[in-house]
Amino acid sequence: MERLNQALYSAFEQDARVHLIGEDLLDPYGGAFKVSKGLSSAYPERVLTSPVSEAAISGVAGGMALRGLLPVVEIMFGDFSTLIADQVINSLTKFRAMYNGAVDVPVVIRAPMGGRRGYGPTHSQTLEKLFLGVPGLRVLAPNTLSDPGQLLLDAILRDPGPVFFVENKLLYLKEVLGQEALAEYQVEQNTPTDSYAATTRLQIQGAPKPTLTLVAYGYMAELAREAQQRLAFEHEIFCELVAPSQLAPFGADGALDPLLLASIQRTRHLLTIEEGSYSLGWGAEVAARAAQALGPALQAVQRVAAAEAPIPASVPLERANLPGVDDIVAAARKMV
Amino acid sequence: MSADYYRQMARIRRFEETVLEQFSSGLFYGTTHTYIGQEANAVGVLSHLAEGDIVFSNHRCHGHFIAYGGDLRALFAELMGKPSGVVGGIGGSQHIHWRDFYSNGVLGSTAPVATGAALAEKVQGSGKLAVIFLGDGALGEGVLYESLNIAALWQAPILFVLEDNRIAQTTPIELNLAGDIAARFAAFGIPVAELDSSDLTEIADAAAPLFGELRSGGGPQALVLHTARFGPHSKGDDTRDEAAVARLRAERDPLTIHAATLDEAERLGIEAEVADEVAAAFAQAQADPEHQP
Ligand SMILES: Cc1ncc(C[n+]2csc(CCOP(=O)(O)OP(=O)(O)O)c2C)c(N)n1
Ligand SMILES: [Mg+2]
Repeated sequence: MERLNQALYSAFEQDARVHLIGEDLLDPYGGAFKVSKGLSSAYPERVLTSPVSEAAISGVAGGMALRGLLPVVEIMFGDFSTLIADQVINSLTKFRAMYNGAVDVPVVIRAPMGGRRGYGPTHSQTLEKLFLGVPGLRVLAPNTLSDPGQLLLDAILRDPGPVFFVENKLLYLKEVLGQEALAEYQVEQNTPTDSYAATTRLQIQGAPKPTLTLVAYGYMAELAREAQQRLAFEHEIFCELVAPSQLAPFGADGALDPLLLASIQRTRHLLTIEEGSYSLGWGAEVAARAAQALGPALQAVQRVAAAEAPIPASVPLERANLPGVDDIVAAARKMV
Repeated sequence: MSADYYRQMARIRRFEETVLEQFSSGLFYGTTHTYIGQEANAVGVLSHLAEGDIVFSNHRCHGHFIAYGGDLRALFAELMGKPSGVVGGIGGSQHIHWRDFYSNGVLGSTAPVATGAALAEKVQGSGKLAVIFLGDGALGEGVLYESLNIAALWQAPILFVLEDNRIAQTTPIELNLAGDIAARFAAFGIPVAELDSSDLTEIADAAAPLFGELRSGGGPQALVLHTARFGPHSKGDDTRDEAAVARLRAERDPLTIHAATLDEAERLGIEAEVADEVAAAFAQAQADPEHQP
């Protein structure tokens, strides 16, 4: 959370074209999840607290971007991203292509997603899969293994846009893992490019050769890391964990993030992990591309995801609905 | 001036007639929505435009584009899906962009985008304004009202032009709209002028003070133009009573009305020149190369 807040400050400081639009942004409140705290005091002219109009503010941001500004939109709960779908799909992501490359649409739409807080069926969802596969839309989701602030800053200042930036609510409470916290891992990180944002691969130092690739993004990367530990120390199953921060686009012609592809080529077993509901999700696309790339060399694929039912408010029922560490461990044990 | 306005309207009319005549020949892709009968709206309103002002248009954008100064050959080529088209044949009839002109065929979706564009000009202190054309059918879209609210709250320099031709595709306004059009804008505190006319001079005069307000730093303005569509919604899909449409043509043709200000020889001269100009643009577009993917 601090990293994201700091990134917004840096963006405002570095470029006067940056504006923030969203509901309840003004201090002392500073947005429902406080990511925008302080900004309205520091930059009162450039923080626009808006009516409860998700469709319009995303479109307004699109218009601002067409005309030379760098707008950032905060959607209070990611669940309400359904209301921006038309603007994102039929306007913001269309302009560059349908106007024959003559315009850029540097909009970043930030949306907190995810459950485990008892907010119930319409305030707990992980809906980004609805936006994956929309041509022209980059979907990013930070995790604790690489700097979320840098990811956001680059999206705001350097991406020709539009970008859908997914922030898991529970990640707001987590610290980014520094060198010390990661000391027990062998860490591999890519150099972010125009094609792929930051991806991190973790493997426990000194462990035997991994036989399974866990791939997870956002908060699920945290849970997957816990599962990686338990699998190693309780079940002697050794995994590589790959945590991409770019969910879309995947790359042309069936491409896969090179770090992820290399991992699957080594382990030949793939477990995809996401908090969205099971069918037709991100994991399905990863699995399909892994199968395309490896052919018969790919020995097993499984998916861990949320149940296909509305997320209950009751905490024990919610826990049963959403994927947890136990689910990852159980799925992995069936595979190797 | 008067002759020039007539020329602009004649250009739109002849362009659109050519589109309808030629559609069956298979030269154009997709669909089209012609502006025949409404020419005075675009020409009258946009006569007040200054360099760098922004225009947002809808599915029925050819007239707006031509009145804006858009190139006829490029628009024909766009309908033919060619590289020489306004946007290289990618957008087609409803999705064009040139200079500060943008159109999108998703009804109402342009309202927030145009509002944001106007706000960007305000923020950057450019002194430019935005004009957005919407049809009566777009009044059914919720995002329009979100946008009116924001435009008024944040005092965006934008003129909402509502062209009410009393029909949306095939559905008459009586089945589409409850309540009053002007009152919708007034409810957001947006000053609104309303006119039922096909007379270019009256339309231009009605728009003038709204542009004046915007240029002197005022917030959003609205202009409701009750008008008449003479042609089909798209091509060959007019479900209206033929006699009623014929009456509209007889009573409120903006070209006939404006012709009264010109002498006969001048008018005929303009018409002949425009016919040649449009024919040449069409021929050039036809000769332009196709995409070779
Ligand atoms: C969101 C949306 N819904 C439906 C359509 C299909 N459609 C195209 S034009 C039209 C009618 C538009 O009527 P109006 O706004 O009055 O404009 P007019 O055609 O009369 O100029 C419809 C329904 C569309 N383009 N966009
Ligand atoms: Mg209409």
